[in-house]
Amino acid sequence: MDLTRRTVLKAQAAAAAASAANVVLPASAQNIATGEDIQIQWSKAPCRFCGTGCGVMVGVKDGRVVATHGDMQAEVNRGLNCVKGYFLSKIMYGSDRLTQPLMRMKNGQYAKDGEFQPVSWDQAFDEMARQWKRVLKEKGPEAVGMFGSGQWTIWEGYAASKLMRAGFRTNNLDPNARHCMASAAVTFIRTFGMDEPMGCYDDFENADAFVLWGSNMAEMHPILWTRVTDRRLSHPHVRIATLSTYEHRTTDLSDMAVIFKPNSDLAIMNYIANYIIQNGAVNREFVEKHCNFRLANTDIGYGLRPDNVLEQRAQHANDAQVSQPASFDEYAKLVSQYTVEKASELSGVPKERLEALAKIYADPKTKVMSLWTMGFNQHVRGVWANHMVYNLHLLTGKISEPGNSPFSLTGQPSACGTAREVGTFSHRLPADMQVNNPEHRKHAEEIWKLPHGLLPDKVGYHAVQQDRMLKDGKLNAYWIMVNNNLQTAPNTNNETYPGYRNPANFIVVSDAYPTVTAMAADLILPAAMWVEKEGAYGNAERRTHFWHQLVNAPGEARSDLWQLMEFSKRFTTDEVWPAQILDANPQYKGKSLFDVLFANGEVDKFPLSEINAAYENPESKAFGFYVQKGLFEEYASFGRGHGHDLAPFDFYHEVRGLRWPVVDGRETLWRYREGYDPYVEKGSGIQFYGNPDKKANIVGAPYEPPAESPDAEYDLWLVTGRVLEHWHSGSMTLRVPELYKAFPGAVVFMHPDDAAKRNLRRGQEVRVISRRGEIRSRVETRGRNRVPPGLIFVPFFDASQLINKVTLDATDPISKQTDFKKCAVKIVAAAMADAGDQQ
Amino acid sequence: MRRGLFLCVISIVPCLAAGAILAQDAPRLRGPQPFTKETPAPPMQRQVTDDVRVGRNYPDQPPVIPHSIEGYAVDLNGNKCMSCHARKFTEQSQAPMISVTHYQDRAGNTLGGLAPRRYVCVSCHVPQTTAKPLVENVFTDMDAITEPERQPERRRR
Repeated sequence: MDLTRRTVLKAQAAAAAASAANVVLPASAQNIATGEDIQIQWSKAPCRFCGTGCGVMVGVKDGRVVATHGDMQAEVNRGLNCVKGYFLSKIMYGSDRLTQPLMRMKNGQYAKDGEFQPVSWDQAFDEMARQWKRVLKEKGPEAVGMFGSGQWTIWEGYAASKLMRAGFRTNNLDPNARHCMASAAVTFIRTFGMDEPMGCYDDFENADAFVLWGSNMAEMHPILWTRVTDRRLSHPHVRIATLSTYEHRTTDLSDMAVIFKPNSDLAIMNYIANYIIQNGAVNREFVEKHCNFRLANTDIGYGLRPDNVLEQRAQHANDAQVSQPASFDEYAKLVSQYTVEKASELSGVPKERLEALAKIYADPKTKVMSLWTMGFNQHVRGVWANHMVYNLHLLTGKISEPGNSPFSLTGQPSACGTAREVGTFSHRLPADMQVNNPEHRKHAEEIWKLPHGLLPDKVGYHAVQQDRMLKDGKLNAYWIMVNNNLQTAPNTNNETYPGYRNPANFIVVSDAYPTVTAMAADLILPAAMWVEKEGAYGNAERRTHFWHQLVNAPGEARSDLWQLMEFSKRFTTDEVWPAQILDANPQYKGKSLFDVLFANGEVDKFPLSEINAAYENPESKAFGFYVQKGLFEEYASFGRGHGHDLAPFDFYHEVRGLRWPVVDGRETLWRYREGYDPYVEKGSGIQFYGNPDKKANIVGAPYEPPAESPDAEYDLWLVTGRVLEHWHSGSMTLRVPELYKAFPGAVVFMHPDDAAKRNLRRGQEVRVISRRGEIRSRVETRGRNRVPPGLIFVPFFDASQLINKVTLDATDPISKQTDFKKCAVKIVAAAMADAGDQQ
Repeated sequence: MRRGLFLCVISIVPCLAAGAILAQDAPRLRGPQPFTKETPAPPMQRQVTDDVRVGRNYPDQPPVIPHSIEGYAVDLNGNKCMSCHARKFTEQSQAPMISVTHYQDRAGNTLGGLAPRRYVCVSCHVPQTTAKPLVENVFTDMDAITEPERQPERRRR
């Protein structure tokens, strides 16, 4: 409060004098505001941050967000928010918001080596279109690409997918969600034939045990953690087991903290499967009726560049995704190698603790919810890790019912809704369809009213590959939206930054703030954010939720949706589609991409009059129709009747989100089980209907070592990740003073013995050095994370300590998701390192 | 040294200087310039421990913690925060009592003590350090909108 004491006293004195004289002062003279003054217009919106999808009430006054609080009516969070959510009110108001396009210029013209100068949207798009056309003409569609986001709204991702695949005819479209949950998404399809969890958050109130695999929920999913702690503390029989490579706030509230050596989670899960089989805990009937067995190809490499010795040495680097049908006995034989002794030796976890963990899964009376996030997904064997946890649930039949739930948590607010369901991955189309399936492409062409044979069949460049191709000069026109990839991609000094500054490339970044990535671009486009536009997200429990635009974006900032659609007007079909297709379909000749993609009779079907007059909608006004509704309804037609049913557009504006499939107005809480899921045929009990035989796949795989492990010189494991107070790269949360002051800079969490061994004190400046690069940071031996000797944790939110200069660009070879949790580093005192430099 | 670096950022990108950067820590937001350069790490910031209550930006904002919480255990054995902020201890401790909302379960029923879903205090209440904000935040307090004449010195936050 900045009311001065003097002002308050004066107002109070006036009120006291007036009441003594029996005079009623006008409201403006009282020290309490009344009437209109205290009215705030409240509207619902989902939180802008993680994949939990909390409901938020947003208070607006005079065109500004003045307050936010947890939505009591939102089932996800029932009135709670985490500290980031409570400060949503301030994320849009950093004073360095981008308000006009900025282009690198020299002598009044675009120049790669020029300085950023303000330009008009017309100038920006003119130059951008010129560059796109140049690249398309010189090299074709494969040299054009886009890096999107799990923070895109559903219609933004959908518009981007149409523009890239159908407009520019390239699948070089990938979301930052690739870095975040590709391993989970790929394994859902491999196991169940359909993406996303079968259960939902209601499992929290029904489970007897929670097993967390590589998930620090207390900091990363704090509101879901409130539901776990609520269950644990309200029901004494409930137990929490947390597996991690270090102790943290989640282990503080766990009954069992299982600290294992990096990558050995694979051995632990195979041991549990072995325990289940050896102890007769297999649910035979379930397995026989509902499961197939397969064995994965092994020795599959690490997703590094093909000339890396690790790739050349790997037997199945090129067919890592292949698996062979197998019998139960063959699977049992594979996991039988993982005795408690072997698992204990590989993991460093005491045998008794491993047995106690195995019993949780083996006991038929204990309902288990397994939860995982980046510890599993950012893993060079992330797909296998996901398979292995499904194997435990499938062997015991503990799946698709309240409380028995293998549950993949997501990091971003619409990783599910946009990246996965809309299909903005380089291999996907909407509703789980794939670009390399001719039937799927044909179906998409029909819905999009486009000529047959238009959509490209080749899987595009995934995130890490995009960086490599930019560096190698094979990807030349590149648009980055709603993400800060130069801070968050792996091995950025060697693999990301060179591509952005490669003179052959034109890099465009759309963002709300000047991020590290924006600063390395050639053109920066100012973006509207969160409630500055009408939006929709899909959270981790299949919940689709909507919000209205509540305030206007500053200056000339525009939503990504407007940017995508407006840019499409600058191209005609003749410029970007092959003559052969146009000759066979002459009605498409001479049209703009806007005409064929967005004014196609479907997307432009809903008039402006259908927009709720209480809210602004500048995109729709600009294009002359209700763009969000048109895009959503066209998109929804991909999934309706196919197990991905979405409710009608307008309904979502009324409710606090709905979990798909929404059939006859009712959401689905548990999929694949009769009585809960309308797609399961009567009398069948369980059907994993994503697969043609309606069975799930139990896929066996061994333990394999990580791509890089500590050695004599680089003697520490490096784990990177987030902290509670900051969202990803911090571009929003670092601009909220309270959040910034709570955790102002990255530090190196280190074991006190490791510090002592190196003569380091808490607070001392150090260099964190790997074979790729280094940063400077400060030693922290206390605080929220307690790492074991031999391992350090460094968060990635701080742009002055770009820890991803240090990380390794190794990925899971199947999902292509980076492992940000394991590489080898050394630590030296900064002063000592400086002295070394001078020699 | 850091000042020099900051000025150099501004001269390279004049139009990005519009939003004034307050502290000398521009690299924290925008990265080092050039990207490939390493920046020294500023000293770790001291905790605010003055025990002076900080006003809220709006009624539903969880108050920040004006004291050190180092070594406070919030685990299955106990909750150190509650040893001062629980209703029965506030008279003795003179600490603010936890909000009445903290007695409600998911369904909105009022319980006789801290609701288990509110057990992890630091999910919402965070301590502060003495770090100076990197950039001004122009969030406007609703009181400053409704009665600016009565809030002559209220700055926009």
